[in-house]
Amino acid sequence: MSKRVVITGMGALTPIGNNLAAYLEGLKNGANGAGPITRFDATGFRTTFACEVKNFNPEDFLEKKESRRIDPFSQFALVVADEAIADSGLDLNSIDKSRVGVIWGSGIGGFTTFQEEIEEAGRAVGVPKYSPFLIPKLISNIAPGHISIKYGFSGVNLATVSACASANHALIIAADNIRLGRVDVVVTGGSEAAVTRAGIGGFSSMKALSTRNDDVLTASRPFDKDRDGFVLGEGGGALILESYEYAKARGARIYAELIGSGMNADAYHITAPEPTGKGVIKCMEYALQEAGMNTGDIDYINVHGTSTPLGDVAEPRAIQAVFGDDAYKLNISSTKSMMGHLLGAAGAVEAIASILAINHGFIPPTINHFTDDPEIDGKLNFTFNEAQARDVKTVMSNGFGFGGHNTSLIFGRV
Amino acid sequence: MSDIAERVKKIIVDKLGVDESEVTSEASFTNDLGADSLDTVELIMEFEKEFDISIPDEQAENIQTVGHAIEYLESQVSA
Repeated sequence: MSKRVVITGMGALTPIGNNLAAYLEGLKNGANGAGPITRFDATGFRTTFACEVKNFNPEDFLEKKESRRIDPFSQFALVVADEAIADSGLDLNSIDKSRVGVIWGSGIGGFTTFQEEIEEAGRAVGVPKYSPFLIPKLISNIAPGHISIKYGFSGVNLATVSACASANHALIIAADNIRLGRVDVVVTGGSEAAVTRAGIGGFSSMKALSTRNDDVLTASRPFDKDRDGFVLGEGGGALILESYEYAKARGARIYAELIGSGMNADAYHITAPEPTGKGVIKCMEYALQEAGMNTGDIDYINVHGTSTPLGDVAEPRAIQAVFGDDAYKLNISSTKSMMGHLLGAAGAVEAIASILAINHGFIPPTINHFTDDPEIDGKLNFTFNEAQARDVKTVMSNGFGFGGHNTSLIFGRV
Repeated sequence: MSDIAERVKKIIVDKLGVDESEVTSEASFTNDLGADSLDTVELIMEFEKEFDISIPDEQAENIQTVGHAIEYLESQVSA
């Protein structure tokens, strides 16, 4: 029950970088992933921009037939998993693949497939015929299924689905399975491809998205007084988790340790954050307890911070409730300012950003800050506009999902 | 080669991602062209769409090779 869990490989496909090295550069430089939507004609939609992955051609990675049978969210999963596995140095010819699991997060699953197939069926005369690939392209768990099939990893395999907390849950469940000794290694992370008509339209109707169509590059502005909603992102992130003993025995390079985690529910409303923040407060406290740490031990919090009017006030207040005066010593930042909100993949790419902060001694910035919000304590350091150098030993990464799901992870230097 | 045969082969090449030279009359979808059960269902649906016909399940089960498909479609479409 007390096995330590470490991260030994990472892979990223994001709106600010199509692989781990490019993503690191993007984070350091305060890159900006926003632009007009190209996935479909968004003319007339309330929001006409998003943070899309650029220059991605699935056939660079997958055979044509394969890519046709796989929804973009699973294509993203396969690409980042492949990078992370190679990065970890796992020897696929010698390891016991029954001791390798795959636990993957996606908030929505195959949204492109769902929309295209249902729309086509709607145009049919008489009883519609559905593609035999509708279901196996759509279901969220097909992404970890594909990864297991490609590499023969036959240990524990499942998907976690908790909206924007999905990937954080994947990491937590992955670590738990390693701690319990069920497997030695888990390929984990998350992917999302929801820049679709129904995705943009659905989040628009909730008034969740920014409508700053005339200035899309500054639309994602967490903690700025004039923020007006989140910017939808897409992509994926993969992390190789393994037990410390296993990593040591095979001489693996260790990026960081997953030291603690918290998860709970607001039990309040389907989409609105609970006004007192008590669920989020408890969640961060659980993570600190599990890590056996005090508030003064944390250097940096990669916040959920989506650039919505309510959420961006509630989260800093919850942090201050937990951290007290130690909150002023922290660096805080929302990397969603750069790459938008990757929904079910957010936790994965933010975990990677957190670990890169530890490995490279910097805090990724919260870009697009123009005006302080009087509702948010101006003495907190939100790392506005430019990355800051800092010797980072320990990072907390938060993720909260519609449905009231709260998650908090703590990563530390080994 | 008939027009129908060409259209059938084009669908098979596109959907199964195989080379045109592999799509011979005797080639079996599952044994030779790498199709699984889902692919074969999709192929039948594509034939239905392309030729604007409805292929009953009991007929579809008999269409296992490229030749079967061309033969069946020629009998239906020209009829």
